[in-house]
Amino acid sequence: MRTLFKTSYDTDINLFRDWSQARWYLALLIILVVLPFFLDIFWLGEMTNVLIWAIAGMGIMMLVGQTGQASLGHAAFLAVGCYANVLLQERLGLPFILSFPLCGLIAGLAGVLLAIPTTKLHGIYLAIGTLAISILMDDLIVVAAPLTNGVIGLMTPSITIFGISFDRYAELDRFYWLVLVITLLVVLAYRNILRSPLGRAFAAVRDSEVSAQAMGVNVARTKAVAFGISTAITGLAGALIGYFLTTFNNETFNIIISIQMLLMIVIGGLGTIHGAFFGAIVIALLPQAIAMGRDFIGNLTGGGSVAIPGLESALFGMILIVFILFEPMGIYGRWVKIRTYFELFPFARRDMFRRQRSYLKTERMR
Amino acid sequence: MDVLQLIVSGLANGCVYGLIALGFVLIYKATEAVNFAQGDFMMLGAFITLGLTNQQFWGLPFWISVPIAIMIMGVFGYLLDMIVLRRMFGQSQIAVVILTIALGFVLRFAAGLIWGHEPKSLESPIAGVDVRFGGVVLGMDEIVVIVVTILLTVALYFYFNRTKLGVAMQAASQNQLAAYYMGIPVKRVHSLIWALAGMVAAVAGILFASKGSIDPTTGLLGIKAFAAAVIGGFGSLPGALLGGIIVGLIEPFASRYIAAGYSQIMPYLLLFLILVFRPHGILAQVHRKKV
Repeated sequence: MRTLFKTSYDTDINLFRDWSQARWYLALLIILVVLPFFLDIFWLGEMTNVLIWAIAGMGIMMLVGQTGQASLGHAAFLAVGCYANVLLQERLGLPFILSFPLCGLIAGLAGVLLAIPTTKLHGIYLAIGTLAISILMDDLIVVAAPLTNGVIGLMTPSITIFGISFDRYAELDRFYWLVLVITLLVVLAYRNILRSPLGRAFAAVRDSEVSAQAMGVNVARTKAVAFGISTAITGLAGALIGYFLTTFNNETFNIIISIQMLLMIVIGGLGTIHGAFFGAIVIALLPQAIAMGRDFIGNLTGGGSVAIPGLESALFGMILIVFILFEPMGIYGRWVKIRTYFELFPFARRDMFRRQRSYLKTERMR
Repeated sequence: MDVLQLIVSGLANGCVYGLIALGFVLIYKATEAVNFAQGDFMMLGAFITLGLTNQQFWGLPFWISVPIAIMIMGVFGYLLDMIVLRRMFGQSQIAVVILTIALGFVLRFAAGLIWGHEPKSLESPIAGVDVRFGGVVLGMDEIVVIVVTILLTVALYFYFNRTKLGVAMQAASQNQLAAYYMGIPVKRVHSLIWALAGMVAAVAGILFASKGSIDPTTGLLGIKAFAAAVIGGFGSLPGALLGGIIVGLIEPFASRYIAAGYSQIMPYLLLFLILVFRPHGILAQVHRKKV
């Protein structure tokens, strides 16, 4: 275990704790950059999918993990980002390099607009309110058919930046690198927000709204900003999902996706960037893992592959139940525990991560 | 005449929503947890009855399988709390929400595996019988739904306010630690309330299955019941029924008088408006939170 000797106040908010940590992340980055040379088309596509879901995960993580506002409606903002991006390109003829940031901005504004009435709501009521948003968005897309083409859906145009094609099929490796760059930028922005006063305000609101207020944090404004940033990142992810799928309609971003997004970051580990990535890996690769397992069992029994409808979401649900019961801090929490065990070996104790239990008092009074 | 029939069918639908909402409210009232799988409980209750009654499966007489199904759902609720949810004691509300959402996924899958994914209808003696009231033709199923719901709500209301166990349940919700000091077995009370919610869900499921066909995704109806519970005021039993009836009545009228495409969003629009302007529902029970 490395002991950190703090010689300046900046040590507390540095991007990396020390040089060895920075080197590990650099190594990871290099691996990610050279990945297209080693993977075949299929797995590169899956990798791109993981990165896109990680961006979406960071979007919802900003709200749920950092600010403590549960949202079951983030698929609506995936939809906003996706439709905004395509419509800006098709109707206004904007290039990708302009329409992409703009779609994030539009999704962010939509989020702030939603936040103004909903910031009054707490916990469970907020979850229900955002759930309603997600359902309404589905129908709204159908109603706005002249713009959104309703249930038939839209096709995403190919990406071209300064004459270089980033087509999702023809130039998959370039598309992957583009997504990787966007992911990196989002991670950097996320980290920087967290160590700024705004990020501290988010954490204060998450831990206790009343004490945040007492510390001089404007709770309503902070929540609205958190909504805005969160939905903006989600909107960017939505645009990328549009490119990845190439066609989409009102069903693409339905309520199930909303719920899955929340479940994804819980499995990964709430409140950490790592959690968003771990969750994205689970959600993006689970269908492949099931397909492979099915083939394996099919070969083993010689009965060919068997298809069980709904198996995917059921497995997902079971994994989630196991995590909530036995590892509420998610995959990242488990990773931290294992690492701490080895760092402190043989001094790690079982109760080091024991959580304080609180007894419930009602919010309803009569 | 036409309007009257719309009202009755709306009322009957609304009563089913109200019964599911009642399940939400029961659990919320006693444990402060929100059971997102309540709709799937209803689906499960309906399928258990169907599995016991229909000729395709066990072929028991309807009136024998109904109490058995209600009992099974009660035991299911009790065990679920004892084995799974008791571990969540003292954790955040959202964790329970996520757990029950995941549980819903699993239940839907299990039901599909056992009873198949295609829609099925319950062979119930109240299905498809007409009753005439001075020129108005009403379905027997609709009338039974309304009557049963009203009886059940009144019974539960008195249970909560007049019986010792009911008051103990409220106490356990208001302050777990204080209730425990007063000698209330908080954990067992929680399990009992889940059992009760399971039984109410089974009743809702049987009534719903008598009105039409069911399939494993029927549980998603729970979202509408959710809207109902919020509109009426989470934590209020009469509020849940009121909310259910409002949602039930809006639907047929909206689909009749409002252009298609807009009509199905009306319940959620109302939910959203209620949340914005009266966040704790029509019969609100929440006041300012103390630290």
